[in-house]
Amino acid sequence: MPETLLKINGLKKSFTLQGGMFAKKRSLKAVHEVSFSIDEGTTYSLVGESGCGKSTTGRLISRLLTPSHGEIWIDGEEVSQKKESQLKSIRKKVQMIFQDPYASLNPRMKVREIIAEPLVIHTKLSKLERNRLVNEILEVVGLTEHHADRYAHEFSGGQRQRIGIARALIMKPKLIIADEPVSALDVSIQSQILNLLKDLQTEFNLTYLFISHDLSVVEHISDSIGVMYLGTIVESGPKDVIFSNPQHPYTKALLSSVPVPDPRLRRERIVLQGDLPSPVNPPSGCRFHTRCPACMDICRTVEPEMKKVLADDHFAACHLVN
Amino acid sequence: MEKLLQVNQLETQFTKDKEKLKILRGVSFHINKGEVLGLVGESGCGKSLTSLSIMKLFKGTSGEIAGGRIVFKGEDLTHRSEREMRKIRGKQMAMIFQEPMTSLNPVMKIGEQLLEPIRLHLDLNEKQAKEHVIYILKKVGIPRAEEIIYEFPHQLSGGMRQRIMIAMAMSCNPQLLIADEPTTALDVTIQAQILELMKQLQKEEGMSVLLITHDLGVVAEMCDRVAVMYAGRVVEEANVFDLFESPKHPYTKGLIGSVPKIGQRKDKLTSIKGNVPDPSNMPKGCKFAPRCNDAKAICFEEEPNATDLGNGRMCSCWMFEEGRENVYA
Repeated sequence: MPETLLKINGLKKSFTLQGGMFAKKRSLKAVHEVSFSIDEGTTYSLVGESGCGKSTTGRLISRLLTPSHGEIWIDGEEVSQKKESQLKSIRKKVQMIFQDPYASLNPRMKVREIIAEPLVIHTKLSKLERNRLVNEILEVVGLTEHHADRYAHEFSGGQRQRIGIARALIMKPKLIIADEPVSALDVSIQSQILNLLKDLQTEFNLTYLFISHDLSVVEHISDSIGVMYLGTIVESGPKDVIFSNPQHPYTKALLSSVPVPDPRLRRERIVLQGDLPSPVNPPSGCRFHTRCPACMDICRTVEPEMKKVLADDHFAACHLVN
Repeated sequence: MEKLLQVNQLETQFTKDKEKLKILRGVSFHINKGEVLGLVGESGCGKSLTSLSIMKLFKGTSGEIAGGRIVFKGEDLTHRSEREMRKIRGKQMAMIFQEPMTSLNPVMKIGEQLLEPIRLHLDLNEKQAKEHVIYILKKVGIPRAEEIIYEFPHQLSGGMRQRIMIAMAMSCNPQLLIADEPTTALDVTIQAQILELMKQLQKEEGMSVLLITHDLGVVAEMCDRVAVMYAGRVVEEANVFDLFESPKHPYTKGLIGSVPKIGQRKDKLTSIKGNVPDPSNMPKGCKFAPRCNDAKAICFEEEPNATDLGNGRMCSCWMFEEGRENVYA
């Protein structure tokens, strides 16, 4: 039985919006209710459309944000309300890879300095030792030590993302939170990075929390999946089950919206009507009811709970699921 | 089949520090009447510049057409003046851009923006023009069209804004619609709505569409024929079924293999090694050769020409050039 590395329970986060000096303060519930756990050495993906709260969830777990409510257990330690000064041990175990490889690397630092920065903060290694580790890690991510003394702007998007991965790996973390790591890349480069992430996982027994809007990428990389809509997970389970037997109408619609790269498979899609409602003023009852093709009366008033579906570990929050 | 648009050996260049840099290096393809042609490729391959060259939208840049021909409805557009182009833009060919927020004027009401091309190109009085705007908005599925015309772009969602852009492009019944990554900035469920709408409008109006995209899924879903671009040239042209079933050019093969497909279990994706070449520092010979697994000596020496493989298929690769026996001996 693999060990659970990350467990989060009833996570909530709301932001206060200020309209103006006299405007009423409103709150935006970015994360309304999120619970899941990840076993060591596996990949869990959060999928959903923009504004569903998937990135906020990632930032809460890495404690770049403090949750309003709920628990975060990382490697047996509860960290949800810890102060910055107490977080150092967690920062070593949890590292992030960001979406935009252009914005997430400091343009005034050499690659060597960027990658070595976590070592400077967390260890007492000498410069020589740091350089040795940087050279090693560059090799691991498919660059060479000749790249170390250049600046970020001299690299292409794919290479920059490799630098971002090297920076995340240098502390030998247990959990990597990858927030849309390949969305800014071209397909031919995207596949290079996905392959690299998979290889690294096998090599270092890494655990990934993978945040993405792209279902085909998610299917390729994950072991389990959580589908998010307006701040809540509406369906979660092992990858195979989610893709072959989705239960929640939103998951079904999402899957059928993805254009398939095969012209013989042009098919009838479930096209959802309307747009994503605003999280400032979410719909009553089931949050998906305004766009749901199977909406019933109960959906408008009662918020559905996560219910177990036939297979193990497969849960869906929908009144249609028995 | 009648050809609506023919692009022949198109070359477009920019001037920087008195140095000329050719970005399009002989782009050739055609679009038949009533068909959807997909122009695919990765960032920097020149697909967007191709569309800007067809429309001659170079204002404020040093871009210019340096060679080749653009023939639209039998007329050569290559050397048309700005004034003549204005009569064509918006009326006979119209364009939708990727980012619906930046392509709408934020301080102009929706209705006013939609009236611009109509006033310019259609002979309608104010009342008729306004009715036409509402008719077009309803056609692209905008609810409460009568009120929306008095609102500003920031009051609408991304999907709605893209519908407005489509409405604007369609307002004068163009024969050619150029859509440059029309759904890239949108979420998948909204993308599905917009693709569905474009398909339906294309069928109803029988117009031709040049769809520029990097998403092979969108290509498979929407297009009749496809032209694949790499480093400023079309390297393969085929109908959509042939292209996905038996891609010929090594780049097309790599591209199709790189895309993870739902339902297809693969431990490893095929990937293309290396990066897209820098236009100011192009390799000699075939521009794909440094990344190609099948490259032979000649590929690094000379650039291959387009070879007709029959059935409307074209491919620029030494594998298919005549006399390849010598090359691939």
